[in-house]
Amino acid sequence: MTEPTIFELSVKGRKNNYIKPEDGIGGDIEKMLGKENLREKPAGLPEMTENEVIRHFTRLSSKNHHIDKGFYPLGSCTMKYNPKVNEQVARFSGFSEIHPFQMTGTVQGALHLMYDLAEMLKEIAGMHAVSLQPAAGAQGEFCGLLMTRKYHIKKGNDKETVIIPDSAHGTNPASVTFAGYRPVQINSSADGIVSADELERVIDDKTAAIMLTNPNTLGLFESDIEKIYKICRKHDTLMYMDGANLNALLGIARPGDMGFDCVHFNLHKTFSTPHGGGGPGAGAVGVSERLEPFLPKPIIAKNEDEEYYLSYNRPDSIGQIHSFYGNFAVMVRAYAYILSNGSDGLREVAEAAIINANYLKEKLKDTYHLPFDRHCMHEFVLAGTNQKKKGVKTLEIAKRILDFGIHAPTIYFPLIVSEALMIEPTETENVQALDNFADILIQIDKEIDEKPEFVKESPHNTPVGRLDEVLAAKRGDVAYIE
Amino acid sequence: MSYVSNSESERNDMLKKIGVSKFEELIEEIPESLRLKKPLALDKGKPEFEVVNILRKLAAKNKDSSEMTCFMGGGAYDHYVPAGVDAIISRSEFLTAYTPYQAEVSQGTLQSIYEFQSLVCRLTGMEIANASMYDGASATAEAVLMALNQTGKNKVYLAPGLHPAYKAVIDAYTAGIDLDIQVLKEDSGLVEMSQLNDIDFDDAACVIVQSPNFFGLIENIKSIGSYLKDKKAMFVVVANPMALTILTPPGEADADIAVGEMHVFGNGLNYGGPYVGYFAAQKKYMRKIPGRISASTEDADGRKGYVLTLQTREQHIRRDKATSNICTNQALCALASTIYMTLMGEEGISTAASESVRKAHYLSDKLAVLPNVSLVYQGNFFNEFVVRLPIAAEEFINLMEKEGILAGIPLFWFYPDRTNDLLIAVTEKRSKEELDAFVDAASRVMKSSKVGVS
Repeated sequence: MTEPTIFELSVKGRKNNYIKPEDGIGGDIEKMLGKENLREKPAGLPEMTENEVIRHFTRLSSKNHHIDKGFYPLGSCTMKYNPKVNEQVARFSGFSEIHPFQMTGTVQGALHLMYDLAEMLKEIAGMHAVSLQPAAGAQGEFCGLLMTRKYHIKKGNDKETVIIPDSAHGTNPASVTFAGYRPVQINSSADGIVSADELERVIDDKTAAIMLTNPNTLGLFESDIEKIYKICRKHDTLMYMDGANLNALLGIARPGDMGFDCVHFNLHKTFSTPHGGGGPGAGAVGVSERLEPFLPKPIIAKNEDEEYYLSYNRPDSIGQIHSFYGNFAVMVRAYAYILSNGSDGLREVAEAAIINANYLKEKLKDTYHLPFDRHCMHEFVLAGTNQKKKGVKTLEIAKRILDFGIHAPTIYFPLIVSEALMIEPTETENVQALDNFADILIQIDKEIDEKPEFVKESPHNTPVGRLDEVLAAKRGDVAYIE
Repeated sequence: MSYVSNSESERNDMLKKIGVSKFEELIEEIPESLRLKKPLALDKGKPEFEVVNILRKLAAKNKDSSEMTCFMGGGAYDHYVPAGVDAIISRSEFLTAYTPYQAEVSQGTLQSIYEFQSLVCRLTGMEIANASMYDGASATAEAVLMALNQTGKNKVYLAPGLHPAYKAVIDAYTAGIDLDIQVLKEDSGLVEMSQLNDIDFDDAACVIVQSPNFFGLIENIKSIGSYLKDKKAMFVVVANPMALTILTPPGEADADIAVGEMHVFGNGLNYGGPYVGYFAAQKKYMRKIPGRISASTEDADGRKGYVLTLQTREQHIRRDKATSNICTNQALCALASTIYMTLMGEEGISTAASESVRKAHYLSDKLAVLPNVSLVYQGNFFNEFVVRLPIAAEEFINLMEKEGILAGIPLFWFYPDRTNDLLIAVTEKRSKEELDAFVDAASRVMKSSKVGVS
């Protein structure tokens, strides 16, 4: 059923009195603010009672798929279960009701937590130092590139470009442009990785950095990484790792040991903080020793008396990229997650994620084309090309999957696989969930043979049917008008 | 505590079905030399109650609002959050969903984003808005990037009262761009108006004015807007949404872009994050704005629904030509703001705002008559003001802390020569009793201070 908007539900005169004017505090507001500064026309916000508001948003919520309801194999997004205890601890008033500009003596617990979390991330990724400031992965990338820029300027290097594989996330080239560099594409090899030979052809002394996702978006480990490191060193080219897929490496291998100068962590992926329908995330960055001076400021430091403080005395820093210190409440959740899992648990996470992905891949590769047929890491990419030949596109398969109470995989990405279905089951799914998903995909393939029109017209069992994106763009209705 | 789902025997069975005898065979692509030979140097996993205890102890080391009365602002304010907000944003359906990539199973998120955009438009008086930015500072920096892109100019004028952290973020964001950033001349904490006649605003990308500004002062954005109306430079207003049901919204001042920090609506202090930036603009910039946008549409049967629209602006389609690199934003925080605005309504927000204003003025009046304390600025202010103390502001804050009061922010942190200036913010949550207690404590600690003048 269509849910009216809050504006349609609004009835003039309805209200909640959360705030009442206090006796003994008076004064003419117009005089205090200045008549010339007052709003002319009312804003027109809705008028609803609390009961109506709660019902509206509860009804809306029922239209969402979410990880607590069912499987969410969205590749590169690491939709794992979000432990409830993390929500509980993040709401402790000692964390949720402290002001960012309090004197550091009154927020030692918060600073201690941030300091420890940075230390843990350093160890997990094998990096020299960590900043927790970036608010999301893309801001982490941008931050890494700004540090790269400063590093080269300081050394007097004349750099212009950043090499990015054709399989990269879209945020990579976008971040490169905003940092003032030009992206240069490197094509993946027939094995689906960046080969040292191809890099030799593309790299030159103008190359500021290479950005790799490892494992890459095909779910494959960049096995030429040691050679890539040697080549980059020759040109003083820094190595950036997009950490979106770090879940596969926990306790198994570390970006720092591979020679990466910078890596961002998606705390909302690898470290299980909930994604909230599109954020908030957190995109901490780890750096090598040579990039450490350029980290954003402040950084969390500790003195000889074990007191934590915010260190602003960093002359080579790129400066500040957040109003305050980043998404603190997200950090609290990630910290609790790392404590819960510990060194043994994190390794178990990566192993189970890899086993789940390989298990599912084996079950599906006879029905759907598997362009890179070898062991994968935490995710794998199928191509709906057999199905396309039968007249059904990957988009339509994705929509049909929704009918089964399961979220679709990431589709049409990475761009180098046509009709791509990128599947990341994560470690928190059990074998029955994987079997069920495989059965559904195999059933859909059968349906394509038997009743292709039915698949093409899906979804059938969702709160709304297939939505018209072209109409949305044409209308441009992005804000309600009576 | 582990959250891995399969049992040991299921795991072994799965390995068999994959066709390997042990896990290590699956990671043979990782060069042997790079594989960790020993466990990470972290503690082993802990049971849930132990984790809770560790976090509880850390939380207890912070002095929160249960033991301190908060008079701090500077972009983060202690406004009341109705219980209904957390009740909804704690629901798994909103909390544990991803970005709404499959619209048909994300209508809850998509409609709530559409409602957020609609509320932002009404409040700011603008025509379009996006789904959110990371925070007020990055929203402002993105406005600069958009203006540079839109105008092709490289000069940017900032009001002197722009939050110093926002200026710092603009500086960091534009480090890779050849840019000339000018700070406008100041008069009593505000933009000095006569200079506007002398500046060639046809040669600039944008002018950024915050109101209420960092010092709490209200800029006359309508006047500034009228100077810029026929100029090529875009007018960007950074506005505290809490003020906008009462004060001139950016749309009534001919702003091209309105941005700001919306944590004040339904998001707690959280030591500075997650907060939520908003980004609104005139309709003609629809294809230029950063970030995700939800729009209404119809399904095959003509039922109303919502989708992410104009994605060709975004990084996952346009890659290096995208209007921004933003992907994940602050959706759940924006939802909290949406619920807040809906629960409070226009009247409720106006009451919270006017109570904050009246209480701030009550406190400033009382402080201004204390010996050797003066108000630094005479202009109209919202819920925040600057006092000059007879002692260093940092010392004053430390003394007030012992009285259970978080007294404000020392301006010395941002302007090194302003050692005795203190920025004080007041919200509707502060009772008259607390305001009087502030005045009593202030008077007491200044007397007791060595350098204090009695």
